[in-house]
Amino acid sequence: MTQRKILVLFAHPQFSRSVANARIAREARDLDGVTFIDLYAAYPRFEIDVDLEQERLKAHDLILFQHPLYWYSTPSIMKEWQDLVLEYGFAYGADGHALDGKYFLNAITTGGAEQAFTRRGYQHFHIRELLTPLEQTATLCRMHYLPPYVLYAAGHAVEENRLEPHAEGYRRLLIALRDNRLNIEAAMKVKTLNGHLDELIEGAY
Amino acid sequence: MEFLQPAFVFLTAAVLAVPIAKRLGLGSVLGYLIAGVIIGPVLGIVGAESEDIKHFAEFGVVMMLFLVGLELQPSMLWRMRAQLVGLGGMQVAVTALLLAGGGMALGVGWRISLATGIILSLSSTAIVLQTLNEKGLMKTPGGKSSFSVLLCQDIAVIPMIALLPLLAVADATGTDDGHGAHHSLLEGLPGYLQALIIVGVIAAIIVGGHYLLRPAFRFIASSRLREIFTAAALLLVIAIALAMNLVGLSPALGTFLAGVVLSSSEYRHELESDIDPFKGLLLGLFFITVGAGIDFNLLFGKPAIIFGLTFGVMAVKFIILAVLGKMFKLSGGDYWLFALGLAQAGEFGFVLLGFARTSAVMPAEPAALLSLVVALSMLLTPALFILHEKVIAPRMAGTGDREADVIDETGSIVIAGIGRFGQIINRILTTNGFKSVVLDHDSDLIEMIRKVGYKTYYGDATRPDLLHAAGIGEAKLFIAALDDRERQTQVVHHVAREYPDCRIIARAFDRHHVYELQNAGAHEVVRELFESSLDAGRRALVSLGMHPYHAERKAQAFRKHDFKTLAALKAAWDEAGADHKYLDQTRDHARELERVMSVEAEQHHDTTSRGWTPPPKGDALV
Repeated sequence: MTQRKILVLFAHPQFSRSVANARIAREARDLDGVTFIDLYAAYPRFEIDVDLEQERLKAHDLILFQHPLYWYSTPSIMKEWQDLVLEYGFAYGADGHALDGKYFLNAITTGGAEQAFTRRGYQHFHIRELLTPLEQTATLCRMHYLPPYVLYAAGHAVEENRLEPHAEGYRRLLIALRDNRLNIEAAMKVKTLNGHLDELIEGAY
Repeated sequence: MEFLQPAFVFLTAAVLAVPIAKRLGLGSVLGYLIAGVIIGPVLGIVGAESEDIKHFAEFGVVMMLFLVGLELQPSMLWRMRAQLVGLGGMQVAVTALLLAGGGMALGVGWRISLATGIILSLSSTAIVLQTLNEKGLMKTPGGKSSFSVLLCQDIAVIPMIALLPLLAVADATGTDDGHGAHHSLLEGLPGYLQALIIVGVIAAIIVGGHYLLRPAFRFIASSRLREIFTAAALLLVIAIALAMNLVGLSPALGTFLAGVVLSSSEYRHELESDIDPFKGLLLGLFFITVGAGIDFNLLFGKPAIIFGLTFGVMAVKFIILAVLGKMFKLSGGDYWLFALGLAQAGEFGFVLLGFARTSAVMPAEPAALLSLVVALSMLLTPALFILHEKVIAPRMAGTGDREADVIDETGSIVIAGIGRFGQIINRILTTNGFKSVVLDHDSDLIEMIRKVGYKTYYGDATRPDLLHAAGIGEAKLFIAALDDRERQTQVVHHVAREYPDCRIIARAFDRHHVYELQNAGAHEVVRELFESSLDAGRRALVSLGMHPYHAERKAQAFRKHDFKTLAALKAAWDEAGADHKYLDQTRDHARELERVMSVEAEQHHDTTSRGWTPPPKGDALV
């Protein structure tokens, strides 16, 4: 099978202050076969070019949202992007088939630790439950929703030596998705991709 | 209705001659003078009556001084005091004495020589100020120095009128010629009382101007009758002139004072725009009468003497001005502007000549001769301004009105022009920690910006050596924010060619300038008024009841369409400028904009309202 074309849509309104997302984004920026779009840089005034964005979607096979989790959702420009770009008749509805069969994936960072995102943790819900609006968005657009790739407690990732392995894993994930070496079937069964990369990525790396 | 005919003649002459003179680059003053020469000595349409009209038209000078006063805040006047007294006082005293000495050397008696010196020491406020204003030179150091001298001369007329009768051979009392100010109400009063009354009148103008005129104007303005406000403005000027005449002071000085007092009032601009047309017309009339008053018989009778005297007087005045200019540290183009611009005799010369005649200081013949010398020197003045503008100023370009500052630091950014546009850019850059070097050639502006605390340098940013000294060679970014279209394009062209690694952001005046600057090599071009106009348009939509966010989207759509058009039309413009093809395309884009903006467009999911549109009812998949 030919390579998958990956579109990384990146949103972080304070890029210069970001530690984790900036480090992770670096892995996607210069990878062959990956188009990296910094939405806040492309649309500093939120004037999203709908036509251009729809063309981009059509030209890629996998759409990846990379962002910090803000109020259990995306930063606002990414919501604006969804509101405008995922138009009726383009992305959904009886005649909206532009995204049929593509893959969709969230790569997110959270403030809370992993154990917070449990029934008894202070976030009360698992991260997958909190991301269901995005999952359903992908589903309504007839895309395949892949489990998210999450960096928990991003603010402590550096001192706990978790950032480098996570960024490294992001690179491996992107390459595997691009080269069609991620076991999609098996991936669909896990809750998050982090922690499962070794078993999901086929072939030597 | 007998005034209709002369009015017709004078107006026709002005309407025909002035625009032609202006088009030929001669300036309006020379245009009026030529018009006067044509209808007077050449065609003989007007004759002796032009003398009466001249006295009437001299009132234009009074109005001009009122307007000048309106532009001058008292604090500014106080700052000028050194120049006023030093430069102006010395010019009058030295010129009068030297010319008097010259007269005596030519064998003229000392009384007449001194009177002549005094009369010829004055320059023409009317011509010089009008010309400086017209050429936009009032704010330059040369213009300001010229103004100081002229103001000092206008004040000096008062003691001159007092002194001239003392030079009379016999204490003969002449007849009042109607515009001299020597026959005042105060005559016969003891000296101390005269002085007291004069001080009292001046104080009344200042205090009254400050405390009475403002409420009065407020009351008049509240009637909302424009012509009554104009009438009140005229009344004010005339009343002050009348009062000054009564106490024997210069009306011009009185109205000037009133102008200064009103300069900080809220009615300043209203007064200015009301009086300005009257001033312009009266001054024009005055110049026409000067032209019409030239006595060709006398001129052709003794051409050598008259031209010799004229050139001699102008040369002496020029030399004195030149020496004073150097002493007061004028340099470059300003120095020449100052020395050449004031080398003529002035309209107050006519007034004083008439006065000297009637007070038996001067016999009729030399008075007529001098009158011709004054008129000729005035006639030659526009030529001197043209000499300055076309020959001297271009050579001095760059050195400008003072030496360029020595630039003692460099930054990664060079900003050319620190007016309203450059200031914002500089502030946003410096407050974000970037170092900039700012160049501008407006010394006032630089002083102000420096007071605020930003480092700026005086100098012409179009000068390659200055740009180099500012560190353009190491700069990452060059911001061209000059307020002169041609020089802006020129400097962008130079930087783009010589420093290809430097990014250029340029201010454009309009769409065509955008193309010019792009072709000159600017990387980014910003139309100076586009964003602000767009914002005003958005606010207008909101004011008319449109939802603010909807209005914002409309403005965004407009911006997007406009940038698209701008880019799309460049090819056509590059090919042949604003020709038919370009205009046709412009019209097409205008129609497209109408479609984009139209209400119907919103109903069809079109550009502006695209997005946030709910899916239609009845789609089972939604």
